[in-house]
Amino acid sequence: MKPQDAIAPGIVGLAVLGGWEGLVRHYAVPSYVLPGPVAIGQALVADWPLLAGSLLVTLRIALLALLLAVSLGGLLAVAFAQSRWVERAFFPYAVVLQVTPVVAIAPLILIWVDDVTVSLLICAWIVAFFPVLSNTVLGLNSADRNHLELFRLYGASRWQTLWLLRLPGALPYFLAGLRVAGGLALIGAVVAEFVAGAGGTGSGLAFRILEAGYQLKIPRMFAALALISAAGIAIFAVLGLVQHLLLRRWHESAMTPEG
Amino acid sequence: MTLVALEGVGKRFASGTQALAGVELRIEAGEFLAILGPSGCGKSTLLRLIAGLAAPTEGVIRRAASRQVGFVFQDPTLLPWADALGNVRLPLRLAGVDRAEQEARAAAAMAAVGLAGFERAWPRELSGGMRMRVSIARAMVTRPSLLLMDEPFAALDELTRHRLNDDLLGLWAGSGGADGTTVVFVTHSVFESVYLASRVILMAARPGRVVAEMPVVLPGGVPGGAAAPRPAGFRTSADYAALCRQATEALERAMAP
Ligand SMILES: Nc1ncnc2c1ncn2[C@@H]1O[C@H](COP(=O)(O)OP(=O)(O)OP(=O)(O)O)[C@@H](O)[C@H]1O
Ligand SMILES: [Mg+2]
Repeated sequence: MKPQDAIAPGIVGLAVLGGWEGLVRHYAVPSYVLPGPVAIGQALVADWPLLAGSLLVTLRIALLALLLAVSLGGLLAVAFAQSRWVERAFFPYAVVLQVTPVVAIAPLILIWVDDVTVSLLICAWIVAFFPVLSNTVLGLNSADRNHLELFRLYGASRWQTLWLLRLPGALPYFLAGLRVAGGLALIGAVVAEFVAGAGGTGSGLAFRILEAGYQLKIPRMFAALALISAAGIAIFAVLGLVQHLLLRRWHESAMTPEG
Repeated sequence: MTLVALEGVGKRFASGTQALAGVELRIEAGEFLAILGPSGCGKSTLLRLIAGLAAPTEGVIRRAASRQVGFVFQDPTLLPWADALGNVRLPLRLAGVDRAEQEARAAAAMAAVGLAGFERAWPRELSGGMRMRVSIARAMVTRPSLLLMDEPFAALDELTRHRLNDDLLGLWAGSGGADGTTVVFVTHSVFESVYLASRVILMAARPGRVVAEMPVVLPGGVPGGAAAPRPAGFRTSADYAALCRQATEALERAMAP
């Protein structure tokens, strides 16, 4: 994205924030109902030490879950690609894990697993790993038929075919899955924190939102919310950059029109 | 010496299509064999059978013991994530040749097809004709005793195609001609087959079969294979026109009901 591409969304953002602040002031809305952007900004600055600590807690869970999703999802995908039988046998269970709402299983996991951090991690992982798995499986199975024949003709081993043909070919699919998984890992972490936070444990951003809610510190609630969004955007942008850097030499998705 | 012998070979696909029936064909070492036929007559299928990429459903295929096959597909089929040199050295890499030798031999193969200096170029940065040449270099890098080519120049413009025809004949002659690489070249151009080959076989469709065979004999009784590359101006000569007419007539006779 070029710097001038940020102008249009920047103007829209400023207009919305300005209108919001104007309306809140004009109708004198109390800040415990709807704080204006200025009040939220003040809360962000005033509560920064507290919120920044919570941000780190949540980010740490989300990134660890993403790491687990990438390694386990990727390994599972490679195992699936080795044999149709394995794929057919196990893929439905991955789907089951994916379609079950994490809010519904989080309480169970919190009961079964003593360590809160570990159970948060498991919840976030469950949400994040599926896009990595399904995209990578699709990518590994999408190897070009002619390329496969070429490898067969030159007597490539199974390992050589995986390493030199299937894995590089699956990279764009994997990275697309990774980008989705990044956002989902954060969502999973926050949702799990909400479930856990109700029991009075944890100190991530979701916990700060709950806590601020009880204490009617609504501007702080919004500040925490803004931080979660900012973290999500940052993860998405960083993964997008990784995707661009890895694919720019050869994949259509990373090409500019004039190449 | 016969490199590959097909005896009563037929191929029926699971879909029920009888792609080939009763094919008798002997590929002799050192020849340049062109397979000529209309679209859909089973040329690609035949080539894949010769390469061993598919098995016949009838008949047998006998192969000489030691044979290294090179295959040029109808499109370049380069790996988009590897540069030109990486693509050319792939067969050597798969064979476990050591890295330095891979690079040296791949660079030499690229130079032989006129692509010296493009080693680090990515497939998408190359023109269609250059990609095809990378593909040919990849097929040549193992110094195959049998080079199979499936309409490699079909998608190219006339001039590029003529140049690559000459390059190919040069490579074939350079490999030792009659005792080096054997080439089997699929095409649906009468002109191309006559220009390149020392022997042309004609195929017809439904079911795919070999209907005629024509040795290419250049004026003065010089066998086609011994005159590679062709003399300058051959393409516009009356002799070439006569050979093309002869092949076209054979093709028409073969196609006649
Ligand atoms: N994998 C396949 N499954 C079923 N039928 C096939 C398959 N491959 C080819 N055929 C059929 O076999 C016949 C011969 O196909 P083939 O690709 O060998 O023709 P071709 O002579 O190479 O044609 P072209 O000149 O257009 O490339 C066609 O009727 C085609 O539909
Ligand atoms: Mg074909």
